[in-house]
Amino acid sequence: MNSKSNKEVLLVKDLFKGFGDNKVLNGFNLSLFEGENLVLMGKSGSGKSVLIKCLVGLMPPDSGSVELLGQDISKLNHSEMNDLRTNVGFLFQGSALYDSMTVRENLEFPLRRHSKKLTEEETDTLVMEALENVGLTHTVDWMPEELSGGMQRRIALARALILKPKIIFYDEPTTGLDPITAKEIILLILKIQEKFKTSSLIITHDVDCARVISNRMLLLLDGINYAEGTFTELSSSNDPKIKAFFK
Amino acid sequence: MAYLLSLKQNIASFFMEIGEMSFFSLRFFKELFTKPFEFKELLNQCYVMGNKSLFLVGVTGLILGIVFTLQTRPTLMDFGAVAWMPSMISISIVREIGPVIIALICAGRIGSSIGAEIGSMRVTEQIDAMEVSGTNPFKYLVVTRILAATLMLPLLVIFGDFIALIGSAIVENMKGSVSFVLYFNQVFEALTFSDIFPATIKTFFFGFAIGLVGCFKGYTSKKGTAGVGKASNSAVVYTSMLLFIIDFIAVFVTDIFV
Ligand SMILES: Nc1ncnc2c1ncn2[C@@H]1O[C@H](COP(=O)(O)OP(=O)(O)OP(=O)(O)O)[C@@H](O)[C@H]1O
Ligand SMILES: [Mg+2]
Repeated sequence: MNSKSNKEVLLVKDLFKGFGDNKVLNGFNLSLFEGENLVLMGKSGSGKSVLIKCLVGLMPPDSGSVELLGQDISKLNHSEMNDLRTNVGFLFQGSALYDSMTVRENLEFPLRRHSKKLTEEETDTLVMEALENVGLTHTVDWMPEELSGGMQRRIALARALILKPKIIFYDEPTTGLDPITAKEIILLILKIQEKFKTSSLIITHDVDCARVISNRMLLLLDGINYAEGTFTELSSSNDPKIKAFFK
Repeated sequence: MAYLLSLKQNIASFFMEIGEMSFFSLRFFKELFTKPFEFKELLNQCYVMGNKSLFLVGVTGLILGIVFTLQTRPTLMDFGAVAWMPSMISISIVREIGPVIIALICAGRIGSSIGAEIGSMRVTEQIDAMEVSGTNPFKYLVVTRILAATLMLPLLVIFGDFIALIGSAIVENMKGSVSFVLYFNQVFEALTFSDIFPATIKTFFFGFAIGLVGCFKGYTSKKGTAGVGKASNSAVVYTSMLLFIIDFIAVFVTDIFV
């Protein structure tokens, strides 16, 4: 559990984001330390997906700063941002596999984009290695529509991992999966943390998932980081708003 | 009163959309000339679009040529001008009917599928995933498709025109026993540079319109599967309207200069 250091890989300060009258984030703060699994919990519609999209520059925040691996992302131009993104993996809530490409092409996509100097053989090795990590080497030539929901999630995970990122963002990795598959994904995330020493921000509703994965937890409520602590600390809290998350 | 109010809103949103689409096309031109160029995807799109519409364009062209000739025959007979058939048919097909009909077919075939494809990539976050993978999705998806449509439409129109003329020649061959060689000799005699050149230039604009509207509708489509359907549907509607406007302007301009 104590693989984390005190070095911050992600620092979010005073983040605001709204859509018209709908104020989603109202001064959110967060720091993610090297090697830790930070779990972010929040109700549906509380702005978790909006938050992590702001963190990787998919959505511009209204105000506030995001420092990713020591760089303020609002100050980066497009190519600097792309360089930074090679260090960041992102697992989308709905997997977001490219449905016109095979599994192999899906995995090759970030490789070809980011590191153009790879040979065919090297690319192939990396693809098979990534598939091995998620236990799906036999699906390499399948199309995404031939995969089950759980398999899609695992392929998406393999795609997020293929560049060996330093930070991974997981948007609800277990939602919509049966408990057994969810458990497999959870174990996979733990295995990845151990193997690659990545730092992760994991968004989830799933209390079991939070208990197993988290080194530290953060609750998003009313657009701010309402509470912070280890799973044991938060789950034994007397605050009714916090208690509601652990029922 | 309520009706007037909603009319006012509709008109306002119509002009908003035109404004947004103008920005979208400006962005296309800006990104068209900046590196990196997505050649592989461009070629792929050209192939896909050509492949998808070739059969349809061929069938439409053939029927167009046959029907058009059959319908015109009696009138020309009355005037004793059947010998003019090849030149008349070829000029009207090459100048006007071929480009417009084939562009409309392609708006249905290519425009709607671009709208649906990019729209569904938008709502399933594939476009976001591309962006995090270090790819500029506008370049990879939009620029390549608009460019491919712009390049492919003239080819498809030339192909369709040719098939339509073959259809017409078949009718003339059977009804009026004009040989194919004679028919096409007359066709090439009748067609001048001023028939072919403006008509071909026009088809580039048709292709651009089809690609632009399809991509715009898909790229800006709203969440949910309903959003995808709407994107592909309104792509066809808007494109068809735009095609006639472009045609009108093109004929107007040609009239002044030629
Ligand atoms: N592109 C957008 N345009 C307008 N409003 C948006 C947009 N994206 C999100 N929102 C709004 O922001 C709020 C937060 O959405 P978000 O997707 O972040 O929720 P979430 O916490 O991830 O919920 P869930 O657990 O269901 O995924 C919602 O009220 C939503 O309506
Ligand atoms: Mg979400």
